[in-house]
Amino acid sequence: MLRPYGRPMAALSVSFSLNGSPVTVDVDPSARLLDTLRYQLGLTGTKEGCGEGECGACTVYLDGLPVNSCLIPTYQVRGQRVATVESLDPGALEPFERCGATQCGACTPGVVMTAWWIREHPELLGTHSIRELMAGNLCRCTGYDGIVDSVAEALRETGSGRRET
Amino acid sequence: MKRREALAKLTGRERYVDDLPLQDFLWGMTVRSPAPRGRVTAIRFGEDVDWSQFVVVDHRDVPGPNVVALIEQDQPVLAAGYVRHVHEPVLLLAHPSREAVRRAVRSVEVVVAPEPPALDFRITPTPDWIQYGTDNVLKRLQIVKGDVERALAQAPVVVSGTYETGAQEHVYLETQGMIAYLEGDVLVVKGSMQCPYYVLKALQHALARDGPLVRVIQTPTGGGFGGKEEFPSHIALHAALLALKGGRPVKLIYDRGEDMAATTKRHPALVRHRTGLTRDGRLLAQDIEVVIDGGAYVTLSPVVLSRAIIHAAGPYACDHVHITGRAMFTNAVPFGAFRGFGAPQSQFAGERHMDVIARTLGIDPIELRRINLLRDGQTTATGQVIRDGTDRLVVMEQALELSRYREKQREHAAFNATHATRRRGAGLATFYHGAGFTGGGEVALQSRLRVAGRPDGRVEVLSANIEMGQGTLTVFTELAATRLGLAPDDVTIAEADTARVPNSGPTVASRTTMIVGALVERAADDLRRRVGLDDSARGAAVKEAIQRWHREHPGEGEPLFGEAAYEKPPDIAWDDKTYRGDAYGAFAWAAYVAEVEVDLRTCATRVIDFVAVQEVGKVLNPALAKGQVQGGVVQGIGWALMEECKWRDGAMANNQLTNYLIPTSDDVPSVRVAFLENPYPHGAGGAKGLGELPIDGPAPAILNAVARATGADPRAIPLTPERLMELLDGPASVGAQHAAPLR
Repeated sequence: MLRPYGRPMAALSVSFSLNGSPVTVDVDPSARLLDTLRYQLGLTGTKEGCGEGECGACTVYLDGLPVNSCLIPTYQVRGQRVATVESLDPGALEPFERCGATQCGACTPGVVMTAWWIREHPELLGTHSIRELMAGNLCRCTGYDGIVDSVAEALRETGSGRRET
Repeated sequence: MKRREALAKLTGRERYVDDLPLQDFLWGMTVRSPAPRGRVTAIRFGEDVDWSQFVVVDHRDVPGPNVVALIEQDQPVLAAGYVRHVHEPVLLLAHPSREAVRRAVRSVEVVVAPEPPALDFRITPTPDWIQYGTDNVLKRLQIVKGDVERALAQAPVVVSGTYETGAQEHVYLETQGMIAYLEGDVLVVKGSMQCPYYVLKALQHALARDGPLVRVIQTPTGGGFGGKEEFPSHIALHAALLALKGGRPVKLIYDRGEDMAATTKRHPALVRHRTGLTRDGRLLAQDIEVVIDGGAYVTLSPVVLSRAIIHAAGPYACDHVHITGRAMFTNAVPFGAFRGFGAPQSQFAGERHMDVIARTLGIDPIELRRINLLRDGQTTATGQVIRDGTDRLVVMEQALELSRYREKQREHAAFNATHATRRRGAGLATFYHGAGFTGGGEVALQSRLRVAGRPDGRVEVLSANIEMGQGTLTVFTELAATRLGLAPDDVTIAEADTARVPNSGPTVASRTTMIVGALVERAADDLRRRVGLDDSARGAAVKEAIQRWHREHPGEGEPLFGEAAYEKPPDIAWDDKTYRGDAYGAFAWAAYVAEVEVDLRTCATRVIDFVAVQEVGKVLNPALAKGQVQGGVVQGIGWALMEECKWRDGAMANNQLTNYLIPTSDDVPSVRVAFLENPYPHGAGGAKGLGELPIDGPAPAILNAVARATGADPRAIPLTPERLMELLDGPASVGAQHAAPLR
């Protein structure tokens, strides 16, 4: 008997909040949050870059903190708040468009999630530089200047950041 | 103009191959060779798997020739009883469950009777290593200008040096992948790729399918850097074989570990220089030997070698030059296209050697370059007369000024005198990169492109050149809009679908903007003529004429389009037999300055400032161009200092981002970029190629800076802390260039 793809072998039922709405999924105990989001819930904005927590392409927020969703077993998020790139306001991404934060786009959703988190937590810049805070997101195209400039610009527009390149 | 698809990428809406909806499909995976060389004596299927659930494909399922068509027809789609490298594909499996197919791959044992592998390209192969021709040489090339032996014999000074560069993994952030399915009789293959027509040709050949029965569609491609030039043909064939046998759509996506282990990398290289000079530093003779590791199949090594040797002598005037090149067969995973395509390797050696010469002669590296940089009217190693009007001394001077190079020499002396454990230094590289296919390559490609006129008056560019982050969609939009006086929104770029777009050639070799972009301009002109307008018509007049044409030709099957085909500029000529003539229609010129700080306790090198000045013809989109340079420089910093492939039996042992390190935002400084513009008459809008140039300069500039800072004499990259420590500490630092073998 072929097991239809996506149907778990020994299903766990997991309920959590996804981008503000409640959701319940049946998953295999070994399912990664990344795969649940992408293949079961159809939210393909979250990308797999390395599958081992090095590149940050799969960054989502778990109860408001950025995490690598490739390292999170789905069952662990029960009762928690998960937010993906699809939850962000596209209108506020203009600085990223203007300053060259994206080229090929494969790292971009993860970059945007971390950048947005910095934007929401400008107090971090009292102890860390943008380059330090972005170091968990690998990008192979931009050389990072476009990303760092975008974060600085987004912070400037919210009136909360110090200028940094 | 802002990047066209930027918002789709920023919001995660852009759909890459693994994001596409697909119904009732199978996940494909590849079973690979565990050994570098030998006869496959058995394939054992584990008893823990119900194999009746799986689609299983081996070489006997290849309907046509078991070959991935490229330059030579030597690489099998699936190994037929004999393997030549670790990870060579042997078997394909597919199953509806990705987890099940992963487990099944681990349950297959490929048994190989081992034979002695050739694993070091730098040494003469022993008889039992020979597997290609009589000497394992995949390709041999040479350039001869003047009489180098006589000039060396007469030269007052001869300086020799040997330089090595390591392999580099592309690490495009989107791993490789394809989907394949049948639509009626037509095999459709979609995926991440740079060259849809390469994939089409490979599918037609090995599957013995006629032209219209195969259709290849590029999906938004998450980085390529050359890694998706020739390799996607393999995955396309594998996905197609599984889909044809299984009768269902197949999705074959590499994870990072498989991608790093099994796909191509930058060719490792060994370069030897013997240079004759006057005592005040004028080049009299350059004798250069370039050896690259091709790996287990020919792939693109002959053309990588070609570009390597053509760039090996650097942007300098010298009357007597002899350059030999060899691409060696080894039982390593085949090396392939990577941004720069041989030129970064040979120019690392050349530019590092310039500083070695300067140190030997006791003259300033700037002065050495000032004396020898090509002036208009002088010739390159292939005898190409450079007469583009660019002053290469000005390019260098601009980089020196922007970096405050001279002031920094003094500042570094003071810094180094007052810091016990830190050393600072600045290094320079002056270099060039030829755009487009080498020699007669562009003529052979016969690129064609169309610009269609739509009933609503808008236009659509139909090209096989793809977007992988470098900006094709944006630049083609700008070129068509500017040419016809339209708004950018009146221009669309067609999906690169071989059923719709003509073959405008591969998206490689810094050719897309300069060469294919010029076809966009000319096809737009042709469209304008076909609706009865002359070349001065613009804007509303063009739109109205297109709309009128459609009203006057209702219901016609063939849509309205203008067309252009590549035409060789009349003033260039190349002789492939003698390797003499105009190797490229245009060269871009550059001078980069790196400033480094070395921590003498950890031997770690940090780039603390980087200035990149280049002359690339007219810059069409300053923001995109700057992004290309910054990204290329950082990729070059990685190659120079940290990206090291560790080898086991000719395969990458550190095939993870955990232990193959690429630069993070915190590892690199802001890259300061400046352009000088000298429009190239045959390039689109006056542009020359740009994409590859920025990876040629960082490694030599950085190592020259480390040499300045520490007094060491590094000759090999990556210059990891371990390797620098050996140079600074060990007795091995005497004659150190071979102290740390790369493989």
